[in-house]
Amino acid sequence: MSESVSVRVNGKPVTVRAGATVAVAVLESGAICRTSVSGQPRSPLCGMGTCFECRVAINGEPQRRSCQVLCQSNMEIETHG
Amino acid sequence: MDSVKQLRFDVAVVGAGPAGIAAALAAADSGKSIGLVDDNPAAGGQIWRGAQSAPRKSAASIWFDRLNKSAVQIVPGARVFHAANGELAAESDDSAIQITYGKLILATGARELFLPFPGWTLPNVMGAGGLQALLKSGLDIAGKRVVIAGTGPLLFAVAAYARKCGAKVVGICEQTTRSRMVRFGMKMLLVPSKAPEALRFAYELRGIPHWTDCWPVAAFGNRRVEIVRISRQGQTSEIECDYLACGFHLTPNVELPRMCGCRLQQGLVEVDEYQHTSVAGTYCAGEPTGIGGLELALVEGEIAGYAATNWEDRAKHLFAKRAQYQKVVRILKDAFPLRPELKNLARPDTLVCRCEDVPHERLCEHSSWRAAKLHARCGMGPCQGRVCAPAAEFLFGWEIDSVRPPVFPVRCSSLAAIPSRSSAPRN
Repeated sequence: MSESVSVRVNGKPVTVRAGATVAVAVLESGAICRTSVSGQPRSPLCGMGTCFECRVAINGEPQRRSCQVLCQSNMEIETHG
Repeated sequence: MDSVKQLRFDVAVVGAGPAGIAAALAAADSGKSIGLVDDNPAAGGQIWRGAQSAPRKSAASIWFDRLNKSAVQIVPGARVFHAANGELAAESDDSAIQITYGKLILATGARELFLPFPGWTLPNVMGAGGLQALLKSGLDIAGKRVVIAGTGPLLFAVAAYARKCGAKVVGICEQTTRSRMVRFGMKMLLVPSKAPEALRFAYELRGIPHWTDCWPVAAFGNRRVEIVRISRQGQTSEIECDYLACGFHLTPNVELPRMCGCRLQQGLVEVDEYQHTSVAGTYCAGEPTGIGGLELALVEGEIAGYAATNWEDRAKHLFAKRAQYQKVVRILKDAFPLRPELKNLARPDTLVCRCEDVPHERLCEHSSWRAAKLHARCGMGPCQGRVCAPAAEFLFGWEIDSVRPPVFPVRCSSLAAIPSRSSAPRN
């Protein structure tokens, strides 16, 4: 079983431990998850799926809560930070 | 178009944290079909997040072993967004799910209470439990400076966990008073199984400053938090940090119980001695009936599971154990009341609603949560007020009592999958 997973965050390769969530990959890439309606940078707050601050696009699907999705090999993650 | 999955259980349990796991396992003893539905990718809830790989013989691993060997059908990654006429509507990543059941057990847990202060929306300012959840999900924090703030025993757990992960925990800011904190420590030593836990934390946190009468006043930074200003026994000071983990204890997830029509009292789901709610055939266990922690959640779950499968004798057998842990609810309430100074942290331009970016000054104009929603769009974003409503309740004293379907933002195709008969009465 592989112990790490590689994904891309805004095209940049990021390697995280197997079982890590997409939120972790975004934080470790240094990216900001999203820009708020008034233009502020936002990143995860609750870490458990309730606050919706960690929303990113995963494999082209927008508005996914990155803290509730596990990284899978070669996932393409796009932030709007 | 998404597929529609139909599931039918004798007992459906919503929430796969400790209360839900205990409920499902107790119910499974009857041989009936049991479903355990949860939004997260895996069972365990927040406290046992990622604990499937926990050391053998830990409390969590014993429960996971039992769960894995049981006939309980786990439905992970499924968000329940509607409940009506004995049916639940949920969605997963690729399908809509219709769940019918004989009995329903709600074990929806709790979330952190967040209070707004200038800078609280900056990246890397997160919940205390929020940081812990991200660490359990694989975040590398080695060498980072972390300030932990807010209130409640969770701060200790998070500080210990962050330190174990290699973080430099600069300090713990606890808003309650020193005398309440001391009383809390003494009372908890008398609760079964809590004394070893307290001693373990004391050991794991040695050398980390723990300040009482202390809370964050503001956070500063360019695109990320860099400095937190704290008030400590009336004096302000500034601390450099990479993360500010701040949570003001817990608030129960009562949206789904409310949607099911369960009666609430003072924000908590009302249950009888069998954990039965005001709605026939619907039970509730764990934090929504009163914030009391792991052991209480487990025993309430077991009682609900037995009661839902007509095993009242077994349920009754656990009443005394539950009573022991119910003391914790009172102890926590007495120890960590939120101090009124925290109401004054938000400045006029400090955002209260983070989804719709509604500042404090826009809320002051209104006299109710409903008016604030309608006129200022507070709580109208994707989190549906899960973050700002409990804050507004504390800041303005508003009663938060409304809930309407869907209780979670979902795809149109999932809404379309709800059978139209659910709007009509059924016999």
